[in-house]
Amino acid sequence: MDPLEAIKVTFFQECEEQLSELESGLLAMEQGETDSETVNAVFRAVHSIKGGAGAFSLEPLVRFAHVFETTLDDVRAGKLAPDNNVVKVMLRAADVLADHVRAARDGGVVEEARSQELAAALEALNGAAAPASIVSEDFDDMPGLDFTPLTVSDDDGFGDDFGFTPLAAGIIDLEPEGPALRRWTVQLRPKNALYAKANETGLLLRELKRLGDIEVSIDGSELPGLAELEPEHAYLSWTIVLTTDRSQSDIQEVFEFVDGDCDLTITADQLTSSLPMMGEASIDEPFDVMALIQQARADVQAAPAAAIMAEILAAPAPAPVFAASAPSVPAPAAATATAAAGVAPDAAHGAAAQQATIRVDLDRVDRLIDLVGELVINQAMLAQRVTESGVPRSSNIAMGLDDLEHLTREIQDSVMAIRAQPVKSVFQRMPRLVREVAAMTGKQVRLVTEGEGTEVDKTVIERLTDPITHMIRNAIDHGLERPEVRVAAGKGPEGTVRLSAAHRSGRIVIEVSDDGKGIDRPRVRQIAIDKGLIEVDSNLSDEDVDNLIFMPGFSTASSVSDISGRGVGMDVVKRSIQGLGGRIAITSRPGQGSTFTLSLPLTLAVLDGMVVSVCDHTLVAPLTAIIESLQPKAQDVRAIGPDAYVIAIRDTYTPLIDVGAMLGYRTTPLDPTKGVALLVEGEGGARAALMVDAIQGQRQVVIKSLEANYRQVEGIAAATILGDGRVALILDVDNVVAARRREKARSDAKLAAAG
Amino acid sequence: MTPMTTSSNSAVRELISFQIGAQEFCVDIMSVREIRGWTPATPLPRTPVFVRGVINLRGAVLPIVDLGSRLGLQMTEPTERHVIIVTRIEEQLVGLLVDAVCDIITVRDDQIQSTPDVASDLVQQFVKGILSMEGRMISLIYLERVLPDREAEAA
Repeated sequence: MDPLEAIKVTFFQECEEQLSELESGLLAMEQGETDSETVNAVFRAVHSIKGGAGAFSLEPLVRFAHVFETTLDDVRAGKLAPDNNVVKVMLRAADVLADHVRAARDGGVVEEARSQELAAALEALNGAAAPASIVSEDFDDMPGLDFTPLTVSDDDGFGDDFGFTPLAAGIIDLEPEGPALRRWTVQLRPKNALYAKANETGLLLRELKRLGDIEVSIDGSELPGLAELEPEHAYLSWTIVLTTDRSQSDIQEVFEFVDGDCDLTITADQLTSSLPMMGEASIDEPFDVMALIQQARADVQAAPAAAIMAEILAAPAPAPVFAASAPSVPAPAAATATAAAGVAPDAAHGAAAQQATIRVDLDRVDRLIDLVGELVINQAMLAQRVTESGVPRSSNIAMGLDDLEHLTREIQDSVMAIRAQPVKSVFQRMPRLVREVAAMTGKQVRLVTEGEGTEVDKTVIERLTDPITHMIRNAIDHGLERPEVRVAAGKGPEGTVRLSAAHRSGRIVIEVSDDGKGIDRPRVRQIAIDKGLIEVDSNLSDEDVDNLIFMPGFSTASSVSDISGRGVGMDVVKRSIQGLGGRIAITSRPGQGSTFTLSLPLTLAVLDGMVVSVCDHTLVAPLTAIIESLQPKAQDVRAIGPDAYVIAIRDTYTPLIDVGAMLGYRTTPLDPTKGVALLVEGEGGARAALMVDAIQGQRQVVIKSLEANYRQVEGIAAATILGDGRVALILDVDNVVAARRREKARSDAKLAAAG
Repeated sequence: MTPMTTSSNSAVRELISFQIGAQEFCVDIMSVREIRGWTPATPLPRTPVFVRGVINLRGAVLPIVDLGSRLGLQMTEPTERHVIIVTRIEEQLVGLLVDAVCDIITVRDDQIQSTPDVASDLVQQFVKGILSMEGRMISLIYLERVLPDREAEAA
């Protein structure tokens, strides 16, 4: 990839992070956290996006970000109170900013009207009719400086040639403008670390300029010849004379992010007319690039000029030398003025404060996980072979194998942890969705999220967004009532949608609940009858009626709206959740709201399983579903009806399901006293005892999808490969538990159809 | 039966021919990934009889379709001498259980004759065309239709 493209990719990745910072900051402000730290974080996010976008000439993005930034700056300066209205506008502006970023990345266009509307709204907040253009930061508003513009092209920040005129920053007049004005001398000597963290002197100088008039001089005396020059070292230092009415702490604040990465002295001057002429200092500097190049040429005579140029241009981008960032070096004053808002975005502010992290290509992690999966299979295979060979369990080999098993498991857990991510990334998209859907439906909605830090495998996270989006849409569109209806029902006008995540017995449980009207059961029933989904005289429990909304082709919305109600909704959600090995359940109370509960495996890669035999077949039952296993006694098993059995477990009768018969492996039922019963609990707490022939052992198995090459099979969750290299099927316990009921319903339907 | 060309273009393609019972069939060589001996498959519950089960293909789960049974011939009694042809059908890998692989044949498209209008729906469904090679009749299999239809099964 071309290096600039690579930087651009990084920029967009960072944009995503900045956008989520922005959103969470704004949401915190909405909650009343308007301390300067939050406001600054929000400002920084927008500022960084703008800075980076400027470097890549992403004009529409820069323009919008600039307007946004200006408003935020007012908030930061205390000119604008961040009340609810202001924050609401800003939240919408953040959405548009996100659209702009995506448009810039994927080459789309942002809806111009929407962008302009928001820009106008932001400007209205400013109270100032500042033109929405970055050019407002032009040279004109620096009255104290007179200089020759540099031939620095601001489209890519890489000067094509070095033939610029050295800066001559002359001071024309510096009449004190008010009694409060003071003059400060700021001496700034960046260390290598400052550039290494992608900070940019030019930006600092520009920040200083916001405080008042500045004169800048550069000291390049430490700059070595090109041959000795370390591209990543800092050699330059600056002296800035600042005339401002601000306090010393305001000035120090500018350097907040480079604290410790530079030598900084700020001293107050008495305002006198005998100022050192900065312009002279600048001209005195031996900063003649051509001379440097000449010198280098002399040093390396054989090397053609082109090679040297190539070398220079190949210097790492954040290096403080002219090679990578022309605007930042010889003419800092110009850098503050040009639109090149820094070649290296100062996005590293955020990163520097966090723990050390690295970006790794997901493919590499996936490959590692696959390999570890194979390792687990291999380890199991080895263990089985050793057991078969009759080596005693106390032998060194067997003990070594036990250690290997522990290690394998630990490696697996660690590798899985790499890919585990908090669900925050999904939850964060929801506030925007809620705002949009609420605006479209004219309802007042408050979104409450809980358990954002709950971690789950990345592959699961990726596939969670769509189902959650759909459920939230449904909750607002179908669940919540209009404000006037709510008030009439004695509720507050604002509806609440609650989105929560938690770990529960080895699975992640996600709940979407609303405090709306709940499911209108008579209506759901009527619709199902009208659409021929159920018989007119079907005898359905409340739970059965609720579950009708998951049937394909069911839609309660009387008109197909933009938001939901296309009639594909909930059955698609259900299918995608099942595709993840998850389950969805609904509970609803009329007038009080509904709750959708998703339960998903934490990872799609491994499972702790009980390996059992059923009629010479080997099956795996997920350990999380098994409560206990027992050997039924003849007196505990009772027949109920013609072909059903129950088993008494501590005086509770539990349905007994013959797994072999259910899966069609045998036709004559297994004698319960000859087998083993696994007491399992399915979704919603339904219990059943599964009859199997024998238990082989407990093992961690790698989940292999059946759908990849075939399709879903009822009663089977997935497949795995056992130690002997053969495929074993993983039981779908919930499905097996529910199967009996389903079969009954099916035969009832057949009877009804026949009669 | 009247020979009829299905297409006027005469692009050359390579086919792998194989035997099921006394009949000979073929598939495009480009869709064949590998050919391997029979290994016992793990049966899947609630699946059509022609799906013999799944096997482990280097860590992937590969369904095995008994092609003879699928075509309405006879159920294969697999032995070590039977062969699984691993084919790619759209995005999925599927193993076809056949009696033996015969030959690689090179034909022009215009040598492929349209399927004769015989009574059996199964023939119409799975045979894309037939070709005549040295007095043998070889049927070209419609690979995309070999797997059970998702929608029909779901209903």
